[in-house]
Amino acid sequence: MPPFDRNPWPLRLERRQKPSAAMRIWSSPLAALAMLATGLLVFAALGKDPLAAFRVFFIEPVSSLYGVGELLLKATPLMLCAQGLALCYRANVWNIGAEGQLTLGAITGGGVGLFYGAALGHWVQPVMLAAGVVGGMAWAAIPAFLRSRFRTSEIFVSLMLVYIAQLLLSYLVHGPWRDPAGQNFPQSQPLPDNALLAPLLDGTRVNVGFIIALLLSALCWWFGKTTAAGFRMRVGGLAPAAAAYAGISERGNVWLALMISGGSAGLAGICEVAGPIGMLQPVVSPGYGFAAIIVAFVGRLHPLGVVLASLLMSALYLGGESAQMELQLPASVSGLFQGTLLFYLLAAELFIGFRLRRVRRAPAAAPASA
Amino acid sequence: MNRLSPSTPPRLALHGISKRYAGVVANDRIDLKVAAGEIHALLGENGAGKSTLMKIVYGVTHPDEGSIEWEGAPVAIRSPAQARRLGIGMVFQHFSVFETLTVAENIALALNERLPAATLAARIDEVSKRYGLPVDPQRLTHGMSVGERQRVEIVRCLLQSPRLLIMDEPTSVLTPQAVRTLFETLRRLAAEGVSILYISHKLDEIRELCDVATILRNGRVTGTAIPREQSNASLARMMVGTELKQCTLKPCPPGPIRLELANLSQATEDPFGTSLRQINLRVHGGQIVGIAGVSGNGQKELLAAISGERLCEQRAAVRLCDQDAARLNPAQRRSLGLRFVPEERLGRGAVPGMSLSDNCVLTGTTAGLVRHGLVRRQAARAFARATIAEFAVKCDGELAPADSLSGGNLQKFIVGREIRLVPTVMLVAQPTWGVDVGASLLIRQALIDLRDAGAAVLVISEDLDELFAICDCLAVLAGGRLSETVPTAGLALETVGLWMTGEFHAAAPGAGVAHAAV
Repeated sequence: MPPFDRNPWPLRLERRQKPSAAMRIWSSPLAALAMLATGLLVFAALGKDPLAAFRVFFIEPVSSLYGVGELLLKATPLMLCAQGLALCYRANVWNIGAEGQLTLGAITGGGVGLFYGAALGHWVQPVMLAAGVVGGMAWAAIPAFLRSRFRTSEIFVSLMLVYIAQLLLSYLVHGPWRDPAGQNFPQSQPLPDNALLAPLLDGTRVNVGFIIALLLSALCWWFGKTTAAGFRMRVGGLAPAAAAYAGISERGNVWLALMISGGSAGLAGICEVAGPIGMLQPVVSPGYGFAAIIVAFVGRLHPLGVVLASLLMSALYLGGESAQMELQLPASVSGLFQGTLLFYLLAAELFIGFRLRRVRRAPAAAPASA
Repeated sequence: MNRLSPSTPPRLALHGISKRYAGVVANDRIDLKVAAGEIHALLGENGAGKSTLMKIVYGVTHPDEGSIEWEGAPVAIRSPAQARRLGIGMVFQHFSVFETLTVAENIALALNERLPAATLAARIDEVSKRYGLPVDPQRLTHGMSVGERQRVEIVRCLLQSPRLLIMDEPTSVLTPQAVRTLFETLRRLAAEGVSILYISHKLDEIRELCDVATILRNGRVTGTAIPREQSNASLARMMVGTELKQCTLKPCPPGPIRLELANLSQATEDPFGTSLRQINLRVHGGQIVGIAGVSGNGQKELLAAISGERLCEQRAAVRLCDQDAARLNPAQRRSLGLRFVPEERLGRGAVPGMSLSDNCVLTGTTAGLVRHGLVRRQAARAFARATIAEFAVKCDGELAPADSLSGGNLQKFIVGREIRLVPTVMLVAQPTWGVDVGASLLIRQALIDLRDAGAAVLVISEDLDELFAICDCLAVLAGGRLSETVPTAGLALETVGLWMTGEFHAAAPGAGVAHAAV
């Protein structure tokens, strides 16, 4: 025990008797508010009128039907990746490579669309989506195998595989899959029309992927709450020794967690390629797979929270674009907001288990009269 | 005993100490006087307020009312650091060590003064030799048994040359011989003028060691006594308020062999663990077999080998109900009828953040709590409710999280859950460690009922009184080897003590005098 009575700081962090239920709910909204306040300060420091900047950042992008469509469109890959990751993290399996699994899903699904689009006719879209899922799973199988066989860290393996996946995509669109009629641009042929996901509403770009993401969210909720496999994953995450005691297979949990998160990230990839992008190009995601990690935690690893958090994160992406165009702010402003959000979230999480207490200066510790 | 003259003020005097927590009065106007050089017992069940009172004396919590005098002068003890400066040392029941640090580093962290590492190591050596408490200052603490960690705690306290030493249930993890050594240490300290506050519920020990006893019940002092002049029964009456029932073990013919270990050898995976060497053991249905021994002698490894948490390469080294179980995982062994209550309640026997109902699903998958891959929530809740009712678990309903229960209640819940899953073979580690007298009695009786119903029960415990009270047969685990299994009746305590040191072929002089169980 440290001699804490010599500490001159007037505030102490103190463990709560039990975790605060209120903070559990409010930590994410509080973090979002703190992020907003910081953002406004940054705008002010850059010489922009904070209120006008706020309007440009958060209101204007969603003030039209098209804008709302864009919000849902960008929320789709975030939601798909983050739902899988949330399940994964609750099982204490740390898949950091959703971006790579997303890229692989884009490659496999996109490949099906490019080369079998004509042959498959009406079936092309479901087959493409399935191929995307399989591609993401295959990429996630590598860290799963290495962890369950050799005890390697899935954090490093999955992260490093992100770069390999991106280089693989880059090789394909610069080399064998490059569009011969593409004036040497590193991109594939456009996907045939029957392979493109149609917009749900005229005047928007949001497609069936968003519906799939909502269905997946409901499925994840049901899976975690009622299935024995979901229960086993939760036990493995909360108390590994209890899982071993109950005979719950750690390998089974690792594989299942990585297959679910890899598959859903792969789905996100093909939804991007068959949706707004419409072809394969060197970069198919502005970091959705990494942003989804923040989304999963802002959503407190709960399916409903993840739905809300992916809408928030999507709004940050849109706001960042709008701020670039109208305020001439650099593109990194989105990254800044994401980073501050995560920072405040981690800070707010601390107060679920702890609280601040003000201490009065105790007189010198020698025997004192009572 | 060299008493100082009556005119000297007591080392410690508490006047009207009260402490309330939300809804609970933990201490109610408690008076207590401890003289210099006195060994003073604080006797009471779990929840009687002993720990709260000691935390107040050690400065961890502060009283709502009342005053404290230290050597005649009023003091307010605001922190453990201040308590240590006054000369108060405390050996906790649940030791807090930093597992990644060595013994010496752990001790250095808790000292008020800073010492060079070499000086500290030398002083640790000196104190541990002088008081017969062998510890290696350079050893890492993470692989140490509870008993070894306790030694570190005691040495840490003694390094500060305390004038009042608080010991919280110190003997629960020691061999009879080690208890003797500890008592000698404590008597020597008392003779040097150190006062000792000795918290325990073991009546024999208190009668042997202590000069005065203060008895607490429900936060109040219900009496003071000279323990030497009391009987166990009269002390227990003051402590519990009613007459204590005894567990009774009616003779019962053994059934077929349910659990068999044949020449089980297994190297440990833990660098500070103990490898198992050629273990042979048979447990019959309708029989309780006890395994005595100080923890750290292979208990952890033996439990993992039987439960299946560690698989065994040797074919047929572990047999359950006439089937080779050596390479079956815990879930497969459960389906053969094995049930297991581990030593660690939170984090192994139960998942801390999950409800009691979900904690039934943890091991109750074969009992119909999971069907078609789906958790049957209502069935799990009903199962949890029935367990809570049958085993008198004090909790806030079946949806209360496991970590909201006290240690004793959680243990009742886990034992109850495993018993209600109808074991053929029941494996129990430290069934009543840190559990109060009433709950201990309930758990022991439940194990006996299980035996009478024909189950094979294997109990691994450090509490010899307990093993003598409930076991048909006993074996001793020492240094990873298991002694032969002998009937408890007619077995001398001293023989068991010798076996605990690894001398399996020795018999104590005067062996044959049966141990009178408490």
